[in-house]
Amino acid sequence: MKIGADDAGNTPRWKFSTAQPFDEQRRSFLGTLLALGSLCVGALLAVPLIRFALFPLLRRTTELKASPVGSLTEFSSLSEPIERTIQIEQVDGWRKAVSEKAVYVTKGAQGQLLVLSSICPHLGCTVPWVSEKREFSCPCHGAVYAPDGARISGPCLRGMDTLETSEQDGQLLVRFQYFRQLVADKEVIG
Amino acid sequence: MSPLHENENDASQDAATGIRGWLNRRTGLDSLLRGALDEPIPGGARLAYIFGSGLLFIFLSQIITGVFLALYYVPSADHAHTTVAYITKSVTAGSFLRGLHSYGASAMIVVLLLHLSQTYLYGAYKGRRELLWFSGCVLFVLVLGMAFTGYLLPWDQKAYFATAVGTNAASEMPLVGESVKRLMRGGTDMGTLTISRFFVAHVFLIPACIFALVASHLFLFRKVGAAGPFTEDPLEPKQKPEFFYPRQILMDLSLTALLIIGLGCLAFFMPVPLGPPANPSDAQYIPRPEWYYLPIFQWLKYWHGVASVIGVLVIPTLLALAIVALPFLDRSVERRPWKRPVAMSAYLFVMCALLGLGLRSKYLDRHDPEIAQQLAKQNSEEVAYMSKPFEPELSSASLAAANVALADPLAAKGKAIFESHYCTACHGEEGVGSAAAPALIGVGAKFSTDQITELLRHPTAKMKAGGMPTPELSPDEMKALVAYVASLK
Repeated sequence: MKIGADDAGNTPRWKFSTAQPFDEQRRSFLGTLLALGSLCVGALLAVPLIRFALFPLLRRTTELKASPVGSLTEFSSLSEPIERTIQIEQVDGWRKAVSEKAVYVTKGAQGQLLVLSSICPHLGCTVPWVSEKREFSCPCHGAVYAPDGARISGPCLRGMDTLETSEQDGQLLVRFQYFRQLVADKEVIG
Repeated sequence: MSPLHENENDASQDAATGIRGWLNRRTGLDSLLRGALDEPIPGGARLAYIFGSGLLFIFLSQIITGVFLALYYVPSADHAHTTVAYITKSVTAGSFLRGLHSYGASAMIVVLLLHLSQTYLYGAYKGRRELLWFSGCVLFVLVLGMAFTGYLLPWDQKAYFATAVGTNAASEMPLVGESVKRLMRGGTDMGTLTISRFFVAHVFLIPACIFALVASHLFLFRKVGAAGPFTEDPLEPKQKPEFFYPRQILMDLSLTALLIIGLGCLAFFMPVPLGPPANPSDAQYIPRPEWYYLPIFQWLKYWHGVASVIGVLVIPTLLALAIVALPFLDRSVERRPWKRPVAMSAYLFVMCALLGLGLRSKYLDRHDPEIAQQLAKQNSEEVAYMSKPFEPELSSASLAAANVALADPLAAKGKAIFESHYCTACHGEEGVGSAAAPALIGVGAKFSTDQITELLRHPTAKMKAGGMPTPELSPDEMKALVAYVASLK
């Protein structure tokens, strides 16, 4: 067989010389079809990419889990607020930070269990419980709060902040949050 | 219409109107597209020619999935494994995209071998195609480099130990071996610097080279033209040509569709596992490379001591040189395989050798009970790790507390005072600072302990104005508190 000879077995079905004018209409119709097809397939393939990229926006990637405060029986007969250190676990994407926060477990007006943040709603100092005076008294600017956290006097604009609680398997759980200072209404931040 | 617009229309021969015409008059897009599509293929379109564009498609897919994976990946020994676990276990479609990228790497090698085989078997490297062949050879090495560097990045047991072996193999080279190994690892041992190096190679250096070489490969291909069937004259094609568009492009697209479906199904139904994090002190772990490196892995087992120079350097170099120089060594224009017995035997020999070595490696692993048992154990560890939910990494800020307690008992006592005296209320946990008071981190570097003590006993006017009280402490307590404050970093 001579090189360059036409191998009859493999001649293409639609043959045309490059010199011939090609079927412009057919070509452009097929082209449109291909472009549309590629666009559809591309759009389909983009779905997982978009979901992947939007994951942090659609799912909570920064979250604060509820932390255990202690068993409910421990707090059944409270005579005064008691301080508890809770471990809060803050998840930030693929990492988490564990820190400790002081909270007070106390009884509300109707005898229900309350968990108070120890952060003063005035300027954020930590408020200690003064057992002798039976009141919370902020060392920084003199804000005074009742055992249930209600505001008594001082520069603060609201009482101490109650935290969201829940119960699970006889345990008291609390979700620690920060609240805006220097405002009359409780407002979650961060 | 303004005269300006009329002039513009007159200047253009293109009759197209609307956006397309507007674009075309400014970019010449139509003629570019026509130039790309009207590539003549001597002898007509064939399924044998589809692998080149298949490779382009996989490369594109690798770039896209790679860029998206980089949204979450962190190249450091501390975080690499956590972030890959996060991608695999937590992020929506993360396991799927990682699967596409990982299987894509294997598909790249398969299609690359097919593309190379087609070019070789069809004698398509003949007839002024030396540079085209050469750029293809370099691309082959670059793709293997991508596979090698990418394999380490998840930093699991498999990745760590396979790369330890891979970089060790480099040190078998005479004279420069040890330096090459150290250069690759960024030190004597594998560590976080190794990840940085592999990451930079995988994401910046090698892709940049691939871009440049793909461009020159395509340019050289278009310059010399498609070689056509093996019955065609490689220098002056005589067979009736057919344009690339539409039949060849349809064939190429069918391979693309097959790749999309194949890779999609693999990534979806057989997720790529991630093993437990790399543990360099694990002496039991038996590393095995990815399938495409198995023949080399097996080959290196046969060479020890002085003879290793022959096995590791001389034979591979000669083989690589022979492959690269092929268009110079084989100058005849004869392309029909049955008229090229030497070339065909060489191809068969190399392919059989590679396949044989790979299979031999698998066979040995399966028939050595100890190795088989360890490999099975490693596999089950991988499965066990995959079945556990994602566990976020504890941030370094959380760990700092524990470190202080261990490092200095006086500072640990100071930390207790810092917290019990409500210093954290304004200065924050670990003295990180808050809106109410500045951070205390680094204070120890600025002031001596005496100066800090003095400031605590007699706060400055500015401190007092900010609400800083004078702590009532015994001298011992003060010493502890100052030690703690000075230790904050």
